[in-house]
Amino acid sequence: MENKIVVKGVNNSFKKNQVLKGVNLTVKSGSIYALLGANGSGKSTLLKIITGLHAMDSGEVFINDLEITHNPRRIRQTFSLNSQTTTTDEILTGFENLQLIAKLRHLPNTDEVADKLLAQFDLTEARDRRVATYSGGMQRRLDIAMSLVGEPEILFLDEPTTGLDPKSRNDLWAAILDLKQRGKTIFLTTQYLEEADQLADQIGFLQNGHIVATGTPAEMKQLGGHSRLQLIFPTTDAIESAQKILLDFNMSVGTDGSLLIDLTDGVTTSLKALTLLSNHDIPISSFQVLAPTLDDTFMQLIKEA
Amino acid sequence: MNYIKDTLALSGRLIKHNLRSLDTIITVVAMPVMILLAMVYLFGGAIQIDGLQHDEYVQYVLPGILLITIATGSAYTALRINLDKTGGMFDRFRSMPISKSAVLSGHVLASIVFMLTSTTIVLVVGFLIGFRTSASPLEWLYIILLVVGFAIMVTWLSVPFALAASSVDGASAFSYLVLALLFVSSAFAPTNKMPAALEAFAKHQPMTNIIATIRNLFASNSVGADGWLSIVWLIGITLVSWWVGVKIYNRV
Repeated sequence: MENKIVVKGVNNSFKKNQVLKGVNLTVKSGSIYALLGANGSGKSTLLKIITGLHAMDSGEVFINDLEITHNPRRIRQTFSLNSQTTTTDEILTGFENLQLIAKLRHLPNTDEVADKLLAQFDLTEARDRRVATYSGGMQRRLDIAMSLVGEPEILFLDEPTTGLDPKSRNDLWAAILDLKQRGKTIFLTTQYLEEADQLADQIGFLQNGHIVATGTPAEMKQLGGHSRLQLIFPTTDAIESAQKILLDFNMSVGTDGSLLIDLTDGVTTSLKALTLLSNHDIPISSFQVLAPTLDDTFMQLIKEA
Repeated sequence: MNYIKDTLALSGRLIKHNLRSLDTIITVVAMPVMILLAMVYLFGGAIQIDGLQHDEYVQYVLPGILLITIATGSAYTALRINLDKTGGMFDRFRSMPISKSAVLSGHVLASIVFMLTSTTIVLVVGFLIGFRTSASPLEWLYIILLVVGFAIMVTWLSVPFALAASSVDGASAFSYLVLALLFVSSAFAPTNKMPAALEAFAKHQPMTNIIATIRNLFASNSVGADGWLSIVWLIGITLVSWWVGVKIYNRV
């Protein structure tokens, strides 16, 4: 099956306010799809609609070619949802949390499943401790482990790394990429551009109720504009002279005092600029070419909206 | 079959919650015991009840205390339902391939088990401080049915409040409503010595009927109209709150 998730023309209003205005998207089997959007853009609502927790006003959602509203029970066998808040039970131990989910999925060997997942997420040591004593990162790992009980094919993660420290975040990213290696399809929402960049095969920008742009991370970055040449000078005199000489270029001054030149023509533009500076004997400490980032695209798309 | 398995698994989780939080046990068992002791040893002597010696006040007050135990427990029922709603646990369970109603049934079952356990402890304390009954096995069965019925009623009554409340505080506040009804009833003193307006209310509200029935059963007296009135109240309130609760649950 090529497409695991297909969303067609989903509309939804909340108190007269239309939050989703005909959202379309497809997620390929075995890939990671990142739904990017600012706070309040409707990411969580869309996720709840796709997983059948929320009714939609109109539209269709297919998972494994089955329409979600018509086959809820059968479809729920195939996926797991990790909501934005960590939904582990703090009073139970890590082991008991996993055991409970295994029981609810009617697995025959609940204890084995729980222990295997604890090991996989590096939680064996904390097996019999109450989750209330876990760190935020450990709770989040347990949370994801709970979603993997019963080996669902599809995983929905709502802002999986929000509130995590950098180390825990990197661990979780590794775990998510590992799941993809094992053939899972992953749909995640995030407000972090870096996260989408690191993980996603496909990114969708949700804004004002529409997916305003979609593509691979590389394609998305192209939308944001050009690469830029960053020039760093040893003295303020040098910066001022350089600004005079480079007047014809599309140029801006960075917050750190460096000069940024838009490379509309790629290599040619950089060569021209550097040659000019060299001809005028302006000293340069260093220079580098900055590739366009998702930030640029994000800002660009917000400006256009 | 799966519905029953799921309900048992989910209520098992909540029973662990109750057993593991010391404050729950203290509040739900110790508070009614304190009220019982205070009423019997501090105030009971000053309350004159026709046909009863002062030192027999425990006979009069115990049925009401048993219901207070259940009402206190309902604060935790509401609290746990509300925490699961606001904390996202409902979403986790409901996105799983389990019966949707099992999630609520798990709460209800755990609540009833917890209420009956604490009521039993309070009853034992009652016996320790001199409560005696002449109830026959059949009368005992009737009493147990009424207490179980009351636990079911109060549990379901807490469901709509717990689901509708936006915070934990709001959710458990409702139990004060049930407690207030118990205080303005014949639980501690006969209604005929209350001011007229209060008496009219206290006499005709469900708590008075239920308490009077249990009290008469313990004393092997005939229950009269209170008997069927209690059953009507119990079933009626349970059905209405069940209907409202499930309706709200399906929209949450």
